[in-house]
Amino acid sequence: MKPETKQFRSKAAQTLANKSVLQSLDHVYTGFHEGRLSAAADTPNWEELRTKGKAIKDHTIAHLDYYLGLLADNVEKSGGHVFFANDAEEARLHIVKLARARDVKTVIKSKSMVSEEMALADALIGQGIEAVETDLGEYIIQLAGETPYHLIAPAIHKSRKEVAALLNDDFSEGDPVPDPTELTMSARAKLRGVFERADMSVTGVNFAIAESGSIALVTNEGNGRMSTSVPRIHVAVMGMEKIIPSIQDLSTMLRILIRSATGQRITAYITMINGPRKPEEEEGPEEFHLVIMNNGRDKLLADPQMRESLNCIRCGACLNACPVYRKVGGHAYGWVYPGPIGAIVSPVMTGLKDAHDLPNASSLCGACHEVCPVKINIPRMLLELRWRTAEGKVDPDDRASSVKERVIWKAWRMGMMGRRRFDLGARLSRLLMRPISKRGWIRKAPPPISGWTSTRDFPLVASKSLKERLAAREKHGRAKPGQTNRDRP
Amino acid sequence: MSVTPSIQARPERVTLFATCMVDQLAPGVGESTVDVLEYLGLQVDFPSEQTCCGQPAFNSGFRSEALPVARRFVELFEQVDGPIVVPSGSCAAMVRNYYRELFRDDADLVQRAERVGERLYEFTEFIDRFFGTNAIGGRLSDSATYHKCCHMLRELGIDNPPLELLGNVDGLEMMPMERADVCCGFGGAFSVKMPDISSAILDEKLDNIEATGAITVVAADTGCIYQMQGGLRRRGSSVQVVHIAEILAKSISGSGRDPVRPGHRPE
Repeated sequence: MKPETKQFRSKAAQTLANKSVLQSLDHVYTGFHEGRLSAAADTPNWEELRTKGKAIKDHTIAHLDYYLGLLADNVEKSGGHVFFANDAEEARLHIVKLARARDVKTVIKSKSMVSEEMALADALIGQGIEAVETDLGEYIIQLAGETPYHLIAPAIHKSRKEVAALLNDDFSEGDPVPDPTELTMSARAKLRGVFERADMSVTGVNFAIAESGSIALVTNEGNGRMSTSVPRIHVAVMGMEKIIPSIQDLSTMLRILIRSATGQRITAYITMINGPRKPEEEEGPEEFHLVIMNNGRDKLLADPQMRESLNCIRCGACLNACPVYRKVGGHAYGWVYPGPIGAIVSPVMTGLKDAHDLPNASSLCGACHEVCPVKINIPRMLLELRWRTAEGKVDPDDRASSVKERVIWKAWRMGMMGRRRFDLGARLSRLLMRPISKRGWIRKAPPPISGWTSTRDFPLVASKSLKERLAAREKHGRAKPGQTNRDRP
Repeated sequence: MSVTPSIQARPERVTLFATCMVDQLAPGVGESTVDVLEYLGLQVDFPSEQTCCGQPAFNSGFRSEALPVARRFVELFEQVDGPIVVPSGSCAAMVRNYYRELFRDDADLVQRAERVGERLYEFTEFIDRFFGTNAIGGRLSDSATYHKCCHMLRELGIDNPPLELLGNVDGLEMMPMERADVCCGFGGAFSVKMPDISSAILDEKLDNIEATGAITVVAADTGCIYQMQGGLRRRGSSVQVVHIAEILAKSISGSGRDPVRPGHRPE
């Protein structure tokens, strides 16, 4: 997928103006976020599990080369094939080539963000191969010709009516909107035939287990299990960080992943795959391929300040908790990964210069860090990227700050380096702003404050600083305590 | 409510770091902070050379501008002994959590900052730690709702002390707010750089505030207070946003409709 991170502001503005999308988006809070809260509250050792999850991922990422080698060996031992792809194009070409070599006519896809990095479905369709998304949300998105809006709920921005229009060809404006069960049944009827004729499946990987060479898939719709048992070829695609050492670790990771993602204790399906069908087995694919993709993850790995982002297990909890994501939506982030996690991985994986708005689009409220099942300190990394884009000290090419900004902050520093200058600056600001103020508030301020006053009143600097007030108090005794904004001086 | 044994030995003097915003924009908040601390029997020192902790530039990515200002803060406050009280969770978090990031290439400075940070408390945290949240016991006839400021809640983990302090004000009716812990959209320079996003987040907050029916909103960080008050004013609302120090100071001043109960000043 081609990054469009540069268009963050314009795409955010589109969402902000779309009431229907904003309404749908709020469901990530009332549904997922609140579900996660109660699931976490009902799990007595929740914090312990998070600590354990973080330790597992820290350890694995620190020894990634070892575990990738172990994983590849064990997949091959079980009769599977492993392909290491350095970038999305290599991965895409490999899979397209494989499909053509095996004379594949129909590919069914189960949800995978990594396949979005490759824009795989479109590439297969471009080769005359039928490629159909089988996750309901992904299917809706494919019909709409869009990209996923959310890590686990790709069509969360679509209203029921929009979904009905996409799923039912004969749905017309003004028809009663079918209920979700009916809609699901009509999608199911359409997909059933595709499942039956598919000769290849592409799935993601929630966790790859190094010691056994297995992959684990977590789904609620059963499409994952259908995909891994019906077609004769199964291709699983994963980012190279989606790995854990052992099956014991899987039990910890599943518990934190599922609760954090949907608030469920367990999903309807957990599918474990260990290579292709064995001679004594009756079902399963004849071939199993695991494609392990880098695509810029090595940049995160090589960067001590950003490495922790590779701990991400793609649960989406940070999106649901994020007040910014809930207002700008998934497409604003301009690449595969939206929300707070996207705001830290996209700039490194696709280039900070074009993505400098992403780390800046945050109030640094810390909700993402608070909910992360593996405790990724996203605010710290947002600040790191802000520094790189403001000052270009790590790579001069990263610098995206304007001369005006740099001058403002230089002036700010000068004002803060001595008390007299600090007071002088404040007096000067009051002097300039007082004529445009009314009872201590400014309705329309010049730049750089104009952004603020476009929607909010701005306070005028007080007539006397706290230092002066406290000095006067010492002289004349206590001033009137409990003065509020109502009686601003 | 805090139990007595967790209360640490009480200091007699404290040092106030007002924060740049309180110092120049909201000195009333600073005075109220002093009022409450004095009411608790403390002598309050105000190092008159203080300016800012450096957070605005740090959060905007301009670390080379933030660094000398932060270093100046450390140099100034390592000269005083005893607890340092800050009426802002955000500035307290800057010193306690982010100075180590800002100073990361200077191990000595990181250590010095840590020693200052260990003595630095957010205002309600300080009262809770050394006096307990029932130590104020003022009176005020008002109905208020409380907004949980993000850095105080998530960077410092201070959740209950402010609510307990407010709960212990006689006559103050606290109305629970939906999504009280969701950000108000301030975020420092973010509020100016991306005003449309900041305001959309604020709008949700203001809807939740208005739904409580309270006439006063209490918060504990000046930035958030001006974001919410500025937005409420634009809506034509008469709801007032006050700092928790202001409402506590008012509750013990006798300027509330009810007299302050006598004999409540702790020794």
